[in-house]
Amino acid sequence: MKFMYQTWWKVLAVLLVLTTIIAGFLIQVPRLPIVHETIRNTFFHVPMWMAMFIVFIISVVYSIKYLRSADPKHDLIAVECVNVGVFFFVLGLITGMIWARNTWGEYWSNDPKQNSAAIAFLLYCAYLVLRNAIDEEQKRARISAIYNIFAFPVMIVLIMVLPRMTDSLHPGNGGNPAFSKITDNNVRMILYVGFIAWSLMAVWIATLRYRIRLIEYKQNSLD
Amino acid sequence: MRLLYLQLMELIGQTLTLLKKEILLEWRSKYAFNGVLLYVVSTVFVCYIAFSLSAGFTGSSGYPIVWNVLFWIIMLFASVNAIAKSFVQESRGRLLYYYSIASPQAVILSKIIYNMLLMALLSTLAIVVYVVFFNNVVGDPLLYFASVIIGSISFSTVFTMISAIASKAGNNGTLMAILSFPVIIPVILILIRFSKNAMDGLDRSLNYGHLGALAAINAIVIATSLLLFPYLWRD
Repeated sequence: MKFMYQTWWKVLAVLLVLTTIIAGFLIQVPRLPIVHETIRNTFFHVPMWMAMFIVFIISVVYSIKYLRSADPKHDLIAVECVNVGVFFFVLGLITGMIWARNTWGEYWSNDPKQNSAAIAFLLYCAYLVLRNAIDEEQKRARISAIYNIFAFPVMIVLIMVLPRMTDSLHPGNGGNPAFSKITDNNVRMILYVGFIAWSLMAVWIATLRYRIRLIEYKQNSLD
Repeated sequence: MRLLYLQLMELIGQTLTLLKKEILLEWRSKYAFNGVLLYVVSTVFVCYIAFSLSAGFTGSSGYPIVWNVLFWIIMLFASVNAIAKSFVQESRGRLLYYYSIASPQAVILSKIIYNMLLMALLSTLAIVVYVVFFNNVVGDPLLYFASVIIGSISFSTVFTMISAIASKAGNNGTLMAILSFPVIIPVILILIRFSKNAMDGLDRSLNYGHLGALAAINAIVIATSLLLFPYLWRD
């Protein structure tokens, strides 16, 4: 847990985010059919999903830890990671929708990838509603941890597996230029930097929220 | 190795005993069965009357699509209603008794198997009732029936675990619906595609991918249920 209080990775996160933003707008990008200049959205859209995955994975890990330890801190970490994950989920959807408006012509075009993302979003909203439905703290923590672990593989199926089974307008499916086809090294480099940058950013936000919750939790406890 | 084998045999024995008890209880009251059957029949009848208001719909080109989708939506709601009961009807004291004589895995497994049997029977009756009211337009009836059975099994595995979670969280119907629908949507999407292929009488080999995906989802759901249920029942 010491990692949470260190400064170096937060500085690194800010520097890397600045790098992706500046380089993402300035570098030369390869000209591809359909996408053209909108390829720059890759630098901002894909890292959002990466960041979401990272915090959701942390959340599941702490849900499993909670079931083994019954430590309320682990539950607080799990729920704050889901909150931040949902926020990055929304950012991922919005960046995707703005891009879709400019390339496909519609914000929402009934694309399998968009639809599964929306369903996975409902899944995590259900998690948050489930938490509100239970009053008793320990019971809430345990049951929501169970649902969180149950939901995670379903989310993976929805986002990673199901859209690949059908044709989609999304790059990488049905003849659209995919990321693996982009051979330009600069583009790849910035994308990888973006993955790390936004993941660190998400973890940072989650730790801040967790620390606030921890203070509240300590104030409310009796001893 | 031998110990593992013995534990497995014990688990199977306990599961079978609990399953027998579930079936016996249901046989005596026939509450869930008759209730859901009536639910399905009345829903089908309401749909039949509502659709017959617009004349000429039966012959239109959209009819097979509506036929298929409507059937799955009726089955979805019927199975939510049927399976939501599976943990609610047990009193706290009785659940505690089960846990003292059997392992939690046996409890959830027996519930899942019981719900599978119940739903398979109910959906068989439902498709018969449905075909009576709505003209049969299925090209490959055997495959369509297979998709119905596989669908009812998939619904049972997913909804049993969710109903266990919902019953712990104050067991209201809203919670059951919002927790289960995001999980069941991928299943129902695959099922609708699968049954549409059966309906159009397409080549059966086209469905191997769908079958594989459904089997994978079921395996994941059963495995996570077995792992997580022991943590769920403790109060």
